[in-house]
Amino acid sequence: MSKAKVATIWLDGCSGCHMSFLDLDERLIELSEKMELVYSPLVDFKEFPQDVDVTLVEGSVSNEGDLHKILQVRERTRILVSLGDCAVTGNVPGMRNAIGVEPLFTRAYSQNVTVHPQRPRGAVPALLETVKPVHQVVPVDVIVAGCPPSASTIYYVVSELLAGRMPELETHTRFGA
Amino acid sequence: MPETLTNTEVVTLTINGQEVSARTDETIMEVAEEQGIRIPALCHISGLSDVGACRLCVVEIQGSPRLQPACVTRVSEGMTVTTHNDRLKAHRRTIVEMLFAERNHVCSVCVSNGHCDLQNLAVECGMQEVTLPYLAPSLQVDASHKRFVMDPNRCVMCTRCVRVCDEIEGAHTWDIMGRGVDSRVITDLGKPWGESDTCTSCGKCVQVCPTGALFEKGVSVAEMTKRRQFLPYLKTMREVQK
Repeated sequence: MSKAKVATIWLDGCSGCHMSFLDLDERLIELSEKMELVYSPLVDFKEFPQDVDVTLVEGSVSNEGDLHKILQVRERTRILVSLGDCAVTGNVPGMRNAIGVEPLFTRAYSQNVTVHPQRPRGAVPALLETVKPVHQVVPVDVIVAGCPPSASTIYYVVSELLAGRMPELETHTRFGA
Repeated sequence: MPETLTNTEVVTLTINGQEVSARTDETIMEVAEEQGIRIPALCHISGLSDVGACRLCVVEIQGSPRLQPACVTRVSEGMTVTTHNDRLKAHRRTIVEMLFAERNHVCSVCVSNGHCDLQNLAVECGMQEVTLPYLAPSLQVDASHKRFVMDPNRCVMCTRCVRVCDEIEGAHTWDIMGRGVDSRVITDLGKPWGESDTCTSCGKCVQVCPTGALFEKGVSVAEMTKRRQFLPYLKTMREVQK
């Protein structure tokens, strides 16, 4: 039996969900017998591959780079999992929505700067006007709330998906936990 | 026995297929609580008057095309009530979604994380994500009071603070300003809380608040647990005084 192709991506988040994924510890070895990690910040592949079975998405869609990635990932993924509060609600990255991009830039790059006030341009992707949760940009198949979701929750989700079942999380996760 | 019994009838009604007896001065919510049936609610809190503001406690009553809020609907003879089904679940989920979309509820950095009625309701109503666009309003925190903070970003307009201040403390410092989505709780006609002439700093509003909208200064993320033990005691005292 061929192994399932699993990927993870990191949009606008703190990497805490990926840390929680690493907290699976020895269970990662057990999972690795059933799956292959084909793309992730944790491994060194440059191009998001075609025909991925499961992608775990950490982070909200906050800039043009995030948007470009999530559209491509959705197109190439069978089951897309929103992992953690940033992906599910916008969470901390989304707190800038109440401020607006222009006042935010003024505050961060002009008012708080004493030497050479200048704005980032060119080398980094431009911010979108509004930070959005992943499901408000592309269809999502599984929602996993939590900040971050616990290692056990991630283990449950991934092993259920690898077994061909949809995880039932309604009462097992909550925002902020 | 309380005198009210002589003026009220006892009726029989059906809740979720089970026949129960109740007094006509009781609400569906009170009878359900006696029967151990939990109806989701946010503005209702035992010990304060009911206002039917949050609509989470809506139930089906046979013969009525509209859903009725259990907290302000009195029981009557032969009434047939359904408190839980797919239709009610969908309505409740939508209400919780709207509450989350209306203000800036960021559980992970909230003082009430893990001890929040709204957060628990999201789980209870099976709301895993908010499908509506977030409004992300720009709201100012009022930290002018020496002991407490009011963060309108977390407020769900349940008016528990308004009612406890008026009905129990008798100060009526809190009230509502504006309409609809622009409604806000205010202190003393919109003065900063710290400059209020009427606030007695008793803190009852903080303790009944279901979310992290009202909290004690000095607590950090997830550290604010509300203490509501005083409410049933004060309610009983009030009834005895009547």
